[in-house]
Amino acid sequence: MEIHEYQAKEILSGFGIQTLSGGLAYSPEQAVYRAKEIGGNVWVVKAQIHSGARGKAGGIKVCRNDDQIWEAADDLLGKRLVTHQTGPAGKVVHRLYVEAGCDIDREIYLAYVLDRAAERVAVVASAQGGMEIEEIAHSKPESIVRCSIEPAVGMQEFQAREIAFALKIPPSMISQAVTTFMGCYRAFRDLDATMVEINPLVITKDNKLIALDAKMSFDDNALFRHPNISELRDKSQEDPREMQAADRGLSYVGLDGNIGCMINGAGLAMASMDMIKLAGGEPANFLDIGGGANPERVAKAFRLVLSDPKVEAFLVNIFAGINRCDWVAEGIIQALDKVEMKVPLVVRLSGTNVEAGRKIIKESGKPIISADTLAEAAEKVVAAWKKHTGRK
Amino acid sequence: MAILLTEKSRVIVQGFTGQIGTFHANDMIKYGTNIVGGVTPGKGGTRHLDRPVFNTVKEAVRETGADCSIIFVPAPYAADSIMEAADGGIRYCVAITDGIPAQDMIRVKRYMRRYREANRMRLTGPNCAGTISPGKAMMGIMPGHIYMPGDVGIVGRSGTLGYEAASQMKALGIGVTTSVGIGGDPINGSSFKDILELFNGDPDTRMVVMIGEIGGPQEAEAARWARDNMKKPVVAYIAGLTAPKGRRMGHAGAIISAFGESAAEKVEILKECGVTVAPTPAAIGQTVAEVRKKHGIK
Repeated sequence: MEIHEYQAKEILSGFGIQTLSGGLAYSPEQAVYRAKEIGGNVWVVKAQIHSGARGKAGGIKVCRNDDQIWEAADDLLGKRLVTHQTGPAGKVVHRLYVEAGCDIDREIYLAYVLDRAAERVAVVASAQGGMEIEEIAHSKPESIVRCSIEPAVGMQEFQAREIAFALKIPPSMISQAVTTFMGCYRAFRDLDATMVEINPLVITKDNKLIALDAKMSFDDNALFRHPNISELRDKSQEDPREMQAADRGLSYVGLDGNIGCMINGAGLAMASMDMIKLAGGEPANFLDIGGGANPERVAKAFRLVLSDPKVEAFLVNIFAGINRCDWVAEGIIQALDKVEMKVPLVVRLSGTNVEAGRKIIKESGKPIISADTLAEAAEKVVAAWKKHTGRK
Repeated sequence: MAILLTEKSRVIVQGFTGQIGTFHANDMIKYGTNIVGGVTPGKGGTRHLDRPVFNTVKEAVRETGADCSIIFVPAPYAADSIMEAADGGIRYCVAITDGIPAQDMIRVKRYMRRYREANRMRLTGPNCAGTISPGKAMMGIMPGHIYMPGDVGIVGRSGTLGYEAASQMKALGIGVTTSVGIGGDPINGSSFKDILELFNGDPDTRMVVMIGEIGGPQEAEAARWARDNMKKPVVAYIAGLTAPKGRRMGHAGAIISAFGESAAEKVEILKECGVTVAPTPAAIGQTVAEVRKKHGIK
């Protein structure tokens, strides 16, 4: 799960990380009011969307008076920002964060991630802040500082000092840096984060170490023990279909193609999508119905795929282990009784209770194209899609 | 022979009396697995499925001589159960549970390293379909009948894609020594490389099929290890050709977040390391058959 910058800053400041004063605004009037509360003569109006690279997309504006703040807020609210992280659909700005300005001396990159190879939390930092880590890794790989944290004892202060010195933070600021680096680690560990990124972490001209931006993601599997984090979820930043699916225990990812998919198992789902592509089509979605799906859940998943207007053909591929082909078949028929099927449907069933499942499909009298193998299923659905749409 | 699991393995079920544990314990017993009992804290002293229930793993091991454990304990408590198995003298543990927090798994892995290698438990999973040595025993949730006994080792992240591969092979008359699911989580008990090493040392396994997917460094690590050490041919398939960067495809671990984690990049590395890559997921069986022919495996 991801959260907004202002939420991440609030969390991190509770762990001793310094941030600038700021406030949330939902309207231009409120933005101007926030600036007054903050005081000073320069402010930054920042679009709150779940994405990095907002600056390049025009989502961050430096303002020097009320009129500029009003205009910036008016322009950003309701706007759809497209960054390379949001995909072409972009994300709509519903909230703004108005923050005090500051005089920057230097920018640092700082991130905490799960290192899958080492099976530990790792710190990645660079004195070349402001850029994205991919850019830094590409253009200044020698500037990257890494530190691996021993899980049994957690991060130690000497490690924080090592990072600080490697980043050439001035000696007078080392204790601030240690507080910041240790605090980020504690936030990561205590809240089951999967990423904490401060980019940039700035050294100001008056020698303060400040998180100018902050990004946190959390382990969905651990949200059960962090209700205060779950509450920060902003559904407006999620794809409505993906959100609907997640709320029903299904795993759905919307893609750009036209062939809808309903499959059991993440690996088989990806493999079936690959087959569609190799057969000359493009999948419209990833959908794993999971294990032990009853007819009702299958029917829900089926309708979810069809609710995407891009879908021009539909593939169901089930290799049942703990699922049952007869239940899947029943679910499909239930769904077909309720919705009018305007696109061709190919169903491949295999595994547990396959005979019963195929019988239900056959005897339903519904316009369903059956397939026995994965290859056949993919070929049939792409052929049916081409025929249906007249594409080649 | 087989790896990890044989008909002689003495298996306990942690989370034995729960609905899911009961359902799959029944299936495993029917398949012929030597299930000697189970653990459900608070229900010790009772019997379930005609087998004894214990409060702790240590007690179960002491009373039944169990050396293997399969875990159906719900995610919030699963890491604790795995560590209990490791401390209780279990040699091989399969964690089926899906949804264990990543930091819990980091702790589990660190905890297991406290034991000397000779006494260290082997863990596969979590979030996997389990392990089956066809015709001998199964510790998992797979449909046992789609696997035929034979001489090919299978190791994969995904359950259903593993079934797909096994059934394609069965249709061509090719059987399996052991099929191991290592699970779809970012931090897992055993890596592809760990299982390849076991297959390399198993005299009955003559070749290996490795079924990977996008995300993480383990497929590339296994490819490089195989290039330098593997005495047997390896066939691979990597799922997720169409997966976009930065999107999690179902499995918590199936997300392209760094260079070398996309399907195309992994295929490239595997090929460079001398692994035969099946061109499509529908051609896994066929590719295995061709490699067998080329290497004179009958």
